[in-house]
Amino acid sequence: MVRDREHRLTGARIRARRAERRMTQAALAEAAGISASYLNLIEHDKRRIGGGVLGRVARALGTDPATLTEGLGPDLYAALESVAERIPSNPPPERDRIDGLATDYPGWAALIAALDTRVAALEHRITALGERMSHDPVLSEAVHDVLSTVTAIRSTAGILAEDGLDPQWQARFHRNLHEDSQRLADGAQRLAGYLNVGEAANSDAVSPQEEVEAWLSANDWSLDMSESCGLSEAGETALARHTARVTADADCLPDEALRAALKEVGLDPFRLADTLGAPVTRVIRRLAALPARAMPRPLGLVEIDGAGALLFRRQVTGFLIPRYGAACALWPVFEALLTPAHPIHRRFRQHGRDTRPLESWSAVDLTRPGGLAGPVVARAVMLVAPLEGVAGDGVPETVGASCALCPAPACPVRRESAVL
Amino acid sequence: MSDSKRVLLIEDEPNITEAIRFVLTREGWHVQTHAEGRDAVETVRERKPDLVILDVMLPNRSGLDILADLKADADLRTIPVMMLTARGSSPERETALRIGADCFMTKPFSNREMLDTVRSLMAGSP
Repeated sequence: MVRDREHRLTGARIRARRAERRMTQAALAEAAGISASYLNLIEHDKRRIGGGVLGRVARALGTDPATLTEGLGPDLYAALESVAERIPSNPPPERDRIDGLATDYPGWAALIAALDTRVAALEHRITALGERMSHDPVLSEAVHDVLSTVTAIRSTAGILAEDGLDPQWQARFHRNLHEDSQRLADGAQRLAGYLNVGEAANSDAVSPQEEVEAWLSANDWSLDMSESCGLSEAGETALARHTARVTADADCLPDEALRAALKEVGLDPFRLADTLGAPVTRVIRRLAALPARAMPRPLGLVEIDGAGALLFRRQVTGFLIPRYGAACALWPVFEALLTPAHPIHRRFRQHGRDTRPLESWSAVDLTRPGGLAGPVVARAVMLVAPLEGVAGDGVPETVGASCALCPAPACPVRRESAVL
Repeated sequence: MSDSKRVLLIEDEPNITEAIRFVLTREGWHVQTHAEGRDAVETVRERKPDLVILDVMLPNRSGLDILADLKADADLRTIPVMMLTARGSSPERETALRIGADCFMTKPFSNREMLDTVRSLMAGSP
């Protein structure tokens, strides 16, 4: 197959080269010592060419045999065929003339193939970014704001482009357009900076821990693994680690006891801990490991280490948890790290679009995994739930998700300006 | 377009609201607006519009939750709902359509696209 294609390319190349040199078939045939009709058959791929005839034809064309038989090769042909197959166009590409394109315009053909490679790389990047946006509430919100601004600009510009607009309306829409264009420029610039920082980290990566969180969320936090989880090898390892922790907690605090206490005292981890005689951290982890359908209220969880790194996340509506970068330093769980002997209950609302009132319970475990001679290690948990039966106005907006998208106008712990 | 047609636009971006209101008003619609998720369902119940244009991402309450409430309410479920979103992801679109959205427009859209969609939506309504 490849040999046939190369053979066809050779005939086409001879024809193209002859045309470049403005030679007639008869003149080339004579110079090469063959008949014009035989040359015609070669040029139209009806006869193979090689050996001495190829050498004479090449010499008559002022080139070498290799130029007529090699050069473009099957890779370029395959790339052009692939482009024609995958990308629709109107009119469609003349697929029966790929040989001619590659022969007559080798530079353009190579450029088309290079562009196709570039497009494929960009498509891969877009897919990766799309995946990233769907998992990153901070980035998703930033993109939402930019697209909303673009929508306002497009609608306003559409109105302004019409004839006969009342001057007062015209002035009003001009003002809106100016405001939105400024907002868009600022937002796009900051968003680009945010994305670039992310790309430097690893744009395509979904960490094993994130795989586990996504899998648990899709399974309503159930650890029933009767079917394959479909996680990566590293994800399977992270899931096994998580399962071991959940199982150890469940061994100390079985489902039946927890559910009975829940019925008795309600969703209050501190009272549950008192009732069950269990550490608050374990109660919180056990609650967050139960299926959402079994709980009286939706629950979210964050686990952090002593350095503030997010180790585990269970999302709950109304509480954004950043995927990248540091979380808001005002989260109660960070305060709990400072007072490990005193679990903390806080009510708050998160700055941003969804400001529903929430309540949280935070507690800390201090351990010495290396024995008494080793360092003290902290691991803190914070359970978050929507606050019911309380007017939102009575609960202050006190925390954000991360500085990148927090709209709080004056914040004592802001590390960087907001993206928008 | 009949003068009696009333649309309730639930959208928190003021300049989008202003542009849509201008375009629809010029087409003969009576446009009322509501800028956040809270009380949106009550506002629909109170005003009984012929069409609801509902943004997905609203302050305080998701447009998808509002849509679910509207479609669960026997008095309101027949009101056509056009969803607007800046996230055209297929899961979000599928969720909206499953809950009962009559159509789904992804931002950014042109005035012409919006008008055509509104006309097409209302052509099939009583």
